[in-house]
Amino acid sequence: MTALLVRGGHLIDPVAGVDGLKDILLRDGRVAEISAPGKSKLANGAEVLDATGLTVTPGLVDMHVHLREPGQGHKESIATGTAAAAAGGFTSVAAMPNTVPVNDSTEVTRWMLSPDRGAVVRVFPIAAATRGMKGETLNDFAAMKSAGAIAVSDDGKPILKDSVMRETLVSASRVGLSVIQHAEDTRMTAGASMNAGPMAFKLGLRGMSNEAESSIVERDIRLVTELRDARSHLHVAHVSTAAAITAVRQARRNGLRVTCEVAPHHFLLTEEHVGMYNTNAKMCPPLRSAADRDAMIEAILDGVVDAIATDHAPHAVHEKEIEFERAPNGIIGLETALGLSLRWLHKEWKLPLGRVLSLLSAQPAALLGMKGRGSLTVGSFADVLVFDPKAEWTYRAAEGKSKSRNTPFDGWTMQGKVHWTISEGRIAYVARRS
Amino acid sequence: MLRCRTRMNPTAVRRPIHPPPAVASPFPFHPGSLLSIGDLSLDGLSHIFNRANVLESMNPLERARILAKRRIALLFYESSTRTRTSFELAAKGLGADTTLVSSLSSSIEKGESLKDTGLTLRALGAEAIILRHASSGAPWLLEAETRLPILNAGDGMHEHPTQALLDLRTILQDMRPGVETVTAETLAGVTVTVVGDILHSRVARSNMMLLPKLGARVILCGPRELLPEMAAETGPGVTVERNFEAALKQSQVVMMLRIQAERLAGLQVDLDDYKVRYQLNGERLARLAPEALVLHPGPIIRGLELTADVADGPRSGILQQVHNGVAIRMAVVERALLTARNEGGRA
Repeated sequence: MTALLVRGGHLIDPVAGVDGLKDILLRDGRVAEISAPGKSKLANGAEVLDATGLTVTPGLVDMHVHLREPGQGHKESIATGTAAAAAGGFTSVAAMPNTVPVNDSTEVTRWMLSPDRGAVVRVFPIAAATRGMKGETLNDFAAMKSAGAIAVSDDGKPILKDSVMRETLVSASRVGLSVIQHAEDTRMTAGASMNAGPMAFKLGLRGMSNEAESSIVERDIRLVTELRDARSHLHVAHVSTAAAITAVRQARRNGLRVTCEVAPHHFLLTEEHVGMYNTNAKMCPPLRSAADRDAMIEAILDGVVDAIATDHAPHAVHEKEIEFERAPNGIIGLETALGLSLRWLHKEWKLPLGRVLSLLSAQPAALLGMKGRGSLTVGSFADVLVFDPKAEWTYRAAEGKSKSRNTPFDGWTMQGKVHWTISEGRIAYVARRS
Repeated sequence: MLRCRTRMNPTAVRRPIHPPPAVASPFPFHPGSLLSIGDLSLDGLSHIFNRANVLESMNPLERARILAKRRIALLFYESSTRTRTSFELAAKGLGADTTLVSSLSSSIEKGESLKDTGLTLRALGAEAIILRHASSGAPWLLEAETRLPILNAGDGMHEHPTQALLDLRTILQDMRPGVETVTAETLAGVTVTVVGDILHSRVARSNMMLLPKLGARVILCGPRELLPEMAAETGPGVTVERNFEAALKQSQVVMMLRIQAERLAGLQVDLDDYKVRYQLNGERLARLAPEALVLHPGPIIRGLELTADVADGPRSGILQQVHNGVAIRMAVVERALLTARNEGGRA
């Protein structure tokens, strides 16, 4: 493999504590050398990528995406989903198991990881916690891990039964996997299609209460507390309510391994954005009240939130062009997460650039135990994002790399333009010259 | 620059949060549509009441020339007696050709989507579609996809704008005879109590939005499981009162609703207890509001939400409501087809 020298860029690597001009030499999929500008000793013959005036940072890590393969290639494929990831600056994506069939077997995991899938960035399959994601019988976590699974989850559905969740936490911990919970008490949300509150009442829609989320988070934290000796890692997916954040905050104070992620739509939008039944503003958990949205921002700024994750959930146009109550949940997010985070968290709410990048890379990489990712030091994977953090641009969903278009952010102003995304030394995305 | 790190007490510092604005609704696309009662201004309402009066008293042969041979589709995904029949009579009264498509005798049964059914009707020459649908918001989808004038004949638990119009016409005939131009004070001093299954009622939602616009006070009354407290937050002029007798005592109009068994979704309601607390019977009416006008959108369940002597009593406006449905719907159908697209957005 040829070597690649990323020259003259401003390297920001929060983990390594680097914030300055550096040249980075990538060779054989790894970082070979980091040097002062023009001082590389090993760059002979390397292809040069001129990053002058741009920012260089570890490739982004999205710990929550739905790539829809196997089984739902009309929504997204591993090839198109990872192309969208690369366009958004991501070099690692953790793929949820609610595919068809469910990723509850080593065959499916291996199929997803096969080079035949055409992934342009690294895919980390998340194994279903239970057989068929039915919440009853645990999968063989050791086997799934050796096939390549990076965590276990029944995402899209919760693990409702106390006994099954307890067993999941113990078994996953034994093989060193995190448990990612989709916190929704589905016994309280039957037939509901948006946040419970005055807006749902006005629109004549059944609502999902905050308690449907927070009660599961609280139950899970109780289980982690009881299993303290097992050192289980509970990760709460897509937190959307102030009550759930409060529970996570308290668990952390109590020294438990409880982490959480927030999606851009939950720190930017509210139930008002449902408007007159916009199915591209329908997801689960739903857009919440302004108070909940503000709590997400606070929690990101004060450090309770461990990661920004997109919950990228593609659906075909015809699947969303139906009655709101019948439309499937989910929106795409890989191509807008960086642009929205920089535009709002950094520019508007003054979260330092290094912390934004850390929430999008180093922190999720560390949570899932992705060794050699989330930081750029000699020997680590050559996962690199080269971007202009100040450039503003307008997102057009129709021009995206994802196979689907279901987003409420079409036409929004983004900040931070991706120029190159490099995955293990190979250029996975190059911006069109304009 | 604001500091972000306030680990000790994160809620103590409130940063000014300037959120991205919610997107303005593009609806209705067609000015002849009637999707929500909230889309009608006082002028728009007055126009409809005026046209209802004119059309009702017009020579039927002359009236039938207004929309002669124009094509209107009635698309009904839920069963209906009053609404369907009166829309049909209204459209035919104006001379239009109507066709009824119902979910049980069409390609809807074969899995055709609302979008495709709407586009098919448009291709067949329908110039407006009257839609009754079990899903809240369905008329907005149909309008977005067909760009035809859509008349909402009831969408899920959301709205039933023509019902609210005919309810208002019945109230005006009774309390403000001769008035057809309405203002923000037309119903000042009038209290309307809506009783029963508010949660699942599209009639209640449309009336809650319409009546306060004319100065009326709306009291919502019902048990907690059928009337959540937040119903009072949906707009000005609306309050919640759990005690039926206390509400009745203040009312000049009382609108009884049916318990919608088909939408309860597992909710348990003790009907005997409900009758004790919320049934409108002759004794209660005579004792607390003998002059009050009694309304009900139908279908009525005699012996449950109201007794036969009230339904058939001298202050019952129930059949007058049904009667008014035809005139109101003539005005609304006429508006749908005679309002040109270039007349701009909301009426």
